[in-house]
Amino acid sequence: MERIVIVGAGHAGMQLADSLRQEGFTGAVTVLGDEPGLPYQRPPLSKDYLAPGTTPAPLPLRGETFFTDRDIEYRSDSTVTALDPATRTITLHDGTTMEYTDLVLATGARNRTLDATCGRPAGVHYLKSLTDAKRLHAELASARRVVVVGAGFIGLEFAAAARARGLEVTVLEFAPRVMARALSAPMSAYFEQAHTTAGIDLKLGEGIASFEHNGVYVTAAVGTSGTAYPADLVLVGVGVVPNTELAAAAGLTVDNGVAVDDYLRTSHENIWAIGDCASFPNAHTGTRTRLEAVQNATDQAATLAKTLTGAPTPYGELPWFWSIQGKHKLQIAGIAGTPDHTVQRGDPATGKFSLFCFHQGTLTAVESVNSPADHLAARRILTHQMALTPEQAADPAFNLKAYSTQPSLI
Amino acid sequence: MSTITYHQSDGTARTLTVEDGTTVMRAAVTAGVPGIVGECGGQAMCATCHVYVRDEHLGQLPDISDDEEEMLDCATAPRDPLRSRLGCQIPIDATSDGLAVDVPESQV
Repeated sequence: MERIVIVGAGHAGMQLADSLRQEGFTGAVTVLGDEPGLPYQRPPLSKDYLAPGTTPAPLPLRGETFFTDRDIEYRSDSTVTALDPATRTITLHDGTTMEYTDLVLATGARNRTLDATCGRPAGVHYLKSLTDAKRLHAELASARRVVVVGAGFIGLEFAAAARARGLEVTVLEFAPRVMARALSAPMSAYFEQAHTTAGIDLKLGEGIASFEHNGVYVTAAVGTSGTAYPADLVLVGVGVVPNTELAAAAGLTVDNGVAVDDYLRTSHENIWAIGDCASFPNAHTGTRTRLEAVQNATDQAATLAKTLTGAPTPYGELPWFWSIQGKHKLQIAGIAGTPDHTVQRGDPATGKFSLFCFHQGTLTAVESVNSPADHLAARRILTHQMALTPEQAADPAFNLKAYSTQPSLI
Repeated sequence: MSTITYHQSDGTARTLTVEDGTTVMRAAVTAGVPGIVGECGGQAMCATCHVYVRDEHLGQLPDISDDEEEMLDCATAPRDPLRSRLGCQIPIDATSDGLAVDVPESQV
C-alpha cells in the first residue's frame, strides 16, 4: 500500500494531510510532529496569546477528531533523525524505522540565535513554540522593563503587546529601519512613528552586543553602541533558519532551504518539501524564494496534494502576509522587492491606508494598514495581473473592489 | 457553559457545549465543525469564519466593529444585511446558550 509520510505538523504538514484526503488519497498518511500534544496555530502566539489574564488555550490547527475521522496516523514528540532515499526509509529518535512511498519535508524553521558571546542569562527568551509562549506569558506578569532585540514581525508584535500591558519597552534594531526585509521604506516609516507614539523606545542602527546579569537573571541588554538598556525580560526575534539538516544529510540539494522545483519536488524523486523549509522558484518574483508565511505553507500543501494524487500541479499562488502590532493590522499582498514608485490610498493620519508598490510601472505588492478590503482587492488584482495604474490606485473615487471583481478581467 | 448549534447548508447540524470565554469561531475550529476556517486566528482579518446568525439570537450580539464591517463585505458567501457576522467576533458568555448559526457553503 502507498504510504505518504509527512515530517512536520505545522500549518504545511497538517494542510497536506487534510488535502490528501480531500483529493481522495486512500493510502496510509502519517504526520510526524516533534512537539508534544496536538498541532496548533502559531500566529496567535505572538499576538492574542500574550494579552494579560489566565494562560489562554492554543488555537488548534484542526478539530480534536481530525486524525481518527480521516484515518491519519499522528505521532507527537517524534523527531526524524535519518533519511535514506535509496531504501525510502526514515529513522525516528527512538530508533524505529518507517518506510514511505512519498516523503514530504514540512520541517519549518527555527529561531536564529544570537552569538554565544552575547550570553543567555535567565529572562532572555525566543518565541516560536507554544512552550515558549507559555513561558513568556508567565514572565510578562511580573516584568517591568522589556527589551526586544530585532524589529521584525515577531519582535514588534511582542513589543506592542508588552507596551499594551503598560510595560516599558525598548526595541533594538541593527538595520536603519523596521521590518526592512518585508516592507517598503514608507511603510517602515509609518510603523516607526506608530510604535514611537505608543511609547515604545525604538533604537534603529543598534545591534545587540551582550547581556548584563545579576548572576542568574538578565539586568540589561548592551547595544553595539555600548549603551546598556535596563531589562528584566528580553525577547530576541532576529529571524529564523530553515530546518534543512535532515535533507542535507540525505544528500538533497539545499539552497537557503530544501530546494524544490515548480512541483515542490526536491532533488530526489518521491521526496517533496513545502512551507517555511522549502526554497522554490517563485513565479511572482522570478527568483528562488523561501517564505515564512501561513499562506505559503497552506497553499503549497494544497497544491502538492493534487500532484500526489495524480494531477501534477505547479505552485504559483500569490504570496500574502499579515501582522498585528497593537491597533495596527498590517496586511501585505505580493512581494514588493525594491519598488521604484509607491502610491498612497487613504490617509495615514486616520490609521487606515494602503501603499501600492510599483516597479517599472507594474504593481508588485500592496501594503495595507487596517484596510482589509483594499488587501482582498489587491490579492485579486495581483493574482490576475490586472493592469491597475498608479493613478487609479491613488484615486479615492476609483472603486477598487468593483474593479478587482470584474468578471471580464478574471 | 453554552450550547451552540452550527447548521450546514446540506441540512445537517452539530451542537457543541462550550465554555464561556471562547468564540463561535474558536469553538467550531476546536471541534472540527466543517466550513469554519479561522485562517487569521481570530483577528477579523480574513472573513473565513463568516456565519449567518439565526434571527432569534440577533439581539444578543455585540455591535459590529469597523473591521468586521469591512470584512463582511469581502466574505466569499453573500452578506446578509442582518444575519451575517464573523464567528471570531461573537464571544460566548452567559447570554449565549442556545445560539444557532448557519454556516455558508463556501468561505474561501
